[in-house]
Amino acid sequence: MSGKSLFQKVWDDHIVVPESADTPAVLYIDLHLTHEVTSPEAFSVLRSRGLKVRRPDLTLATLDHSTPTVPVASLKDLDIVSEPAAAAQIRVMIENCREYGIELLGFESDSRGIVHIIGPELGITQPGKTIVCGDSHTSTHGAFGALAFGIGTTEVGHVLASQCLLQRRPKTLAITVDGKLGAGVTAKDIILAIIGRIGVDGGTGHVIEYRGSAIRALDMEQRMTVCNMSIEAGARAGMIAPDDTTIQYLKNRPMAPKGAAWDAAVARWRQLPSDADASFDREITIDSSTITPMVTFGTNPGMVVPIAEPVPVATDASFRKALTYMGVTENRPMLGMPVNVVFIGSCTNARLSDLREAAGILRGRKVAPSVRMLVVPGSEQVKRAAEREGLHEIFLAAGAEWREAGCSMCLGMNGDVTARGELCVSTSNRNFEGRQGVGARTVLASPLTAAASAIAGTIADPRPLLAH
Amino acid sequence: MDKVTSVKSRTVVMPQSDIDTDQIVPARFLTTTTRKGLGKALFADWRYDRAGNPRPEFLLNRPEAAGCGVLVAGNNFGCGSSREHAPWALLDFGIRAVISTEIADIFRGNSLKNGLIPVTVDKATHGWLVENPGVEVTVDVEASKLLLPDGRAVSFPIDGFSKYCLLNGVDQLGYLLNQADAISRFEDTRPWKP
Ligand code: SF4
Repeated sequence: MSGKSLFQKVWDDHIVVPESADTPAVLYIDLHLTHEVTSPEAFSVLRSRGLKVRRPDLTLATLDHSTPTVPVASLKDLDIVSEPAAAAQIRVMIENCREYGIELLGFESDSRGIVHIIGPELGITQPGKTIVCGDSHTSTHGAFGALAFGIGTTEVGHVLASQCLLQRRPKTLAITVDGKLGAGVTAKDIILAIIGRIGVDGGTGHVIEYRGSAIRALDMEQRMTVCNMSIEAGARAGMIAPDDTTIQYLKNRPMAPKGAAWDAAVARWRQLPSDADASFDREITIDSSTITPMVTFGTNPGMVVPIAEPVPVATDASFRKALTYMGVTENRPMLGMPVNVVFIGSCTNARLSDLREAAGILRGRKVAPSVRMLVVPGSEQVKRAAEREGLHEIFLAAGAEWREAGCSMCLGMNGDVTARGELCVSTSNRNFEGRQGVGARTVLASPLTAAASAIAGTIADPRPLLAH
Repeated sequence: MDKVTSVKSRTVVMPQSDIDTDQIVPARFLTTTTRKGLGKALFADWRYDRAGNPRPEFLLNRPEAAGCGVLVAGNNFGCGSSREHAPWALLDFGIRAVISTEIADIFRGNSLKNGLIPVTVDKATHGWLVENPGVEVTVDVEASKLLLPDGRAVSFPIDGFSKYCLLNGVDQLGYLLNQADAISRFEDTRPWKP
């Protein structure tokens, strides 16, 4: 019998009722994260059926998606800075959390932020846990060796009421990334290269385990960037085995175990990595030394090229429609294309190291006059840490805006949008049509590439600007 | 949830691949706190012009699309965001089944929980449907078969539990709540606590 994979170990550890031919497994959920957009209808179902939240202590709420990124000192401010519907949604969230006894990291909290940034930062995201949220980028938490995936609103209701989900066991896909990364090449470029290789449906029905020397060499923030975009390859979840890097990151975080409980947890986490003889349904290997800075050219994250290489020639109508929408010419590289907006933010790339990378490029330089640049820290904690280092001063001196934490321009539903027809180089995760605003065109890239493009006013390779 | 045993309707065909849930319901419509009335947001950015008037050339605005309850879409339909607003909007608009060569995982799960039937078929069947828009098809949930007008019956995968829930109008929360004893036992006896 072959050994168990990381995924299989976490899965097996949470089976309340095993699956059968007729019924899915009942899977226990250790941590349920929730936010204002995908939860209201779930609470309505609880209310109409007279149900309680089974484990409010395993549920944590925040405000991020429709929450404005300008300062909100009191709830009264909301009516000035937000659309009425968004303000109402935020109020409903506050009320639901109060009524059901759920901890909400709201405006008054110094831990508020994008749901996938605060879990790790608080240390409540831990190896071996099952973690869900009504948000597809829940895959981010898999960087810790948790099984973490996005769910719909009906399932949010299931977890609130029962702390469980009905699930069929997904398949497994091992992606091994070996080799050394070149200068100016980041975790974002790795995951964009992977999606380019396997396609936006390449992971459908699978949980990915990222492994290999290039993955081991990444710090936790970079690993989160990789796992974050697993969903853009269609995968249910992405996971990375916990190791010293993981344990070091979690030590002394506010919600991480302490004392003897910490030692016991670490001992348990050490058992989680896939056994040497574990097998996977599929396996892929990628040589990271061949990866260069990547940029998307189309309207899904699989439409991606190395920054200096030409955009491929359209082969079908969907592809041609995407190029037309983007105003991109086939057979020519994306380099040099005029940029209107640069967005540094989102759960993919708005952690402290991302801001440091962008600031490193911007230090002593100016954003091109034709470009609006927004820097939106992923959480209040990231914001304060960046300010302690003076990063905000670098951004402001360069001519960028420095905002409050939130999803911001990753999705245009909180007041931050790219205007129709404008091109935004964005460190977020989706370049879908209109994702950043009606008619907006999005080019996904790393914080380094985004910062370099802000300075040039056109899509630019960051490598010549790197400090030696 | 209401019982869903079969859907018999003409098809409307959107052959584009990778139609994501941001297209099905753009994010700015997600500030709602109820699932009701989302049909008007369906494909909003493709369906309406800047002034908010229907674009006559967009498929769902054409007279032949009126009353069609089965959407035939390109590969990897429903990818992207987990928003359940996507199946809510399709259902509210009147779409009761989606046929594609591949349907994204989260969208598929969300659809089944709301009585929208996800139907994945082989490339040849899909190609035929794309070339013959507007034909009347029957999606037979009980038999897990798609019945085409020329008499062909094409099987599609649907897991037994979801099928049972659709056919009997059982909602899955009730089933989960019936597992309360097993859940308590699990919580009490697991070797570590989250
Ligand atoms: S930053 Fe973007 S992708 Fe991440 S949770 Fe917010 S909206 Fe979703």
